[in-house]
Amino acid sequence: MTTLLEVSGVSVTFDGFRAINNLSIQIAEPELRAVIGPNGAGKTTFMDIVTGKTRPDEGRVVWGDKNISLLGMSESAIARAGIGRKFQKPTVFEEQTVRENLRLALKNKRGPLDVLLYRRSSKGAARITELAREIGLEGDLPRRAGDLSHGQKQWLEIGMLLAQDPRLLLVDEPAAGMTPAEREHTTDILKRAAQTRAVVVIEHDMEFVRRLDCKVTVLHEGAVLAEGSLDHVTQNREVIDVYLGR
Amino acid sequence: MNRSFLAENPSVMWFLGCLGLLTLGVTVLAEGFGLALLSTSMVKILGMTLCLCLIAVAMDVVWGYCGILSLGHFAFFGLGGYAIGMWLMYARTQGIVVESLANAPIPPTQEEINDAIATQIFGVVGSNELPLIWAFADSLAMQLLFVVLVPGLLALIFGWLAFRSRVTGVYLSILTQAMTLALALYLFQNDTGLRGNNGLSGLQNIPGLLHMPQSTIALWFFWASAAALGLGYLFFAWLISGKFGSVIRGIRDNEARVRFLGYHVESYKLVIFTLTAVVSGLAGALYYPQAGIINPAEIAPIASIYLAVWVAIGGRGRLYGAVIGAAVVSLASSWFTGGGAPDIDLGFYTINWTDWWLVLLGLGFVAVTLFFPRGIGGFFDMLVRKS
Repeated sequence: MTTLLEVSGVSVTFDGFRAINNLSIQIAEPELRAVIGPNGAGKTTFMDIVTGKTRPDEGRVVWGDKNISLLGMSESAIARAGIGRKFQKPTVFEEQTVRENLRLALKNKRGPLDVLLYRRSSKGAARITELAREIGLEGDLPRRAGDLSHGQKQWLEIGMLLAQDPRLLLVDEPAAGMTPAEREHTTDILKRAAQTRAVVVIEHDMEFVRRLDCKVTVLHEGAVLAEGSLDHVTQNREVIDVYLGR
Repeated sequence: MNRSFLAENPSVMWFLGCLGLLTLGVTVLAEGFGLALLSTSMVKILGMTLCLCLIAVAMDVVWGYCGILSLGHFAFFGLGGYAIGMWLMYARTQGIVVESLANAPIPPTQEEINDAIATQIFGVVGSNELPLIWAFADSLAMQLLFVVLVPGLLALIFGWLAFRSRVTGVYLSILTQAMTLALALYLFQNDTGLRGNNGLSGLQNIPGLLHMPQSTIALWFFWASAAALGLGYLFFAWLISGKFGSVIRGIRDNEARVRFLGYHVESYKLVIFTLTAVVSGLAGALYYPQAGIINPAEIAPIASIYLAVWVAIGGRGRLYGAVIGAAVVSLASSWFTGGGAPDIDLGFYTINWTDWWLVLLGLGFVAVTLFFPRGIGGFFDMLVRKS
């Protein structure tokens, strides 16, 4: 296990509100990590910083074997470097088919000319079928993504993440709005993905986190409050105070 | 382009078939070659309409598919017209000047000829010197190059500045309006080298073809316009059918998501903006020789707004919708404003369509937006799906 992502001493202020306060997190490769915390703890802002959507006021975000700083890079360059993100609200391209959605995400060159001259290959088609099978949408490839159920959209988005073949997956509340059976399937997909890469899951639902069975980081007021196994952090006095209120 | 593209997009074949039939029909009925049932001016109007359809297709790609509501594409159309107009006017004036000086007792020097041409063209704005931008006006090849280069470069620079700063939505629309307004105001000045508000005129006289009757020339331009529309349609249909189309529709629907997939959204927007600007320039270069005159009023902000209205009424997000919208609205417009529609006498008031056409168009636009958001093209979709 080597360190893939190192966030150290990062702070962000929005209009005087300190959303992230001297945050430091290290993610290894491969690893499955859950990030939990009450509302406003800075979980989503943490993802925004890593993916380049938000620029921190101070601190360092270092990536990969060559210790590249992510802070000067654009969102698309960060994505190409190998960081994939799934949003809280399922965001798939509703007007396009499941196949088109997956094809957009499939790891290929991203330049306009490359895309214009892109030719369908049997290898690409096979990969799309394989991904669709993994996310349980094999029979839905020609369907419009907007016609899928909420849970299926969540899966499609996870499938798009896997199609990008990223080294680090950032997944924001993957189980929101899912039935228990769907949750179980989602857990399986994430656990399998984490065997070969780093997966960071942001989650509210303790039961879902327990099922992931991984190292947990608790955020509170933009900083790490506790880190360790779920049992370890849930016995932490401060964590109990934060979650149950003082 | 391969067979599977046409097989997967039957509407393209349908469109090209209809366009071919129209071309054949007009040729048979035209004054130039056929039964003379269509007057030359009517053939010209139809040819110009095809050019408007072509810029509408470009507008549909940039707005309907990529989500950039450009309200400045008519500036590119006008620039294409000016670029070709310079050659038309220069070459024709040159011919006249050389002919009139041929009988002079002393053969004129090249300098005298040049001065005479400049005085002929620019006397109207009180100048007798050929401006620098006319340096290549004697070369058809160079001016044709400018038809592509000038709109393309303007779009490239403007788009690069705007997209890089992540200007989107209504702010971008306002910026494009400002661009076309600034260009129109600039060209209205007498000292900008393009004859101010006089514009360029006499463009229907094609140098070297002066012996040819206008009825024949009109038909030639009609064919060229039909060919340009067909090729432009085919090109854009191909562009939007594959993965590239998937990316730009993704940008329209959720720009941030496309970015997080690793696509450099700004480059894609720039490619689309510039490509459509170039096609608009080409459409303009075919339009104005048929119109005969171009002046800065042509690229006033309202022109680009009309363009958006055509595409909206025709149904954006489908190329044939843009063609239908542009054809129906612009032909209706020339019918109503050209005195074709009979006035309606209400007793206490007479509805004169020359004045009231804009009100009708405005109401039509509101009605389409409220009741048929998919436009006339959406109507076609319904019929096709039912059958």
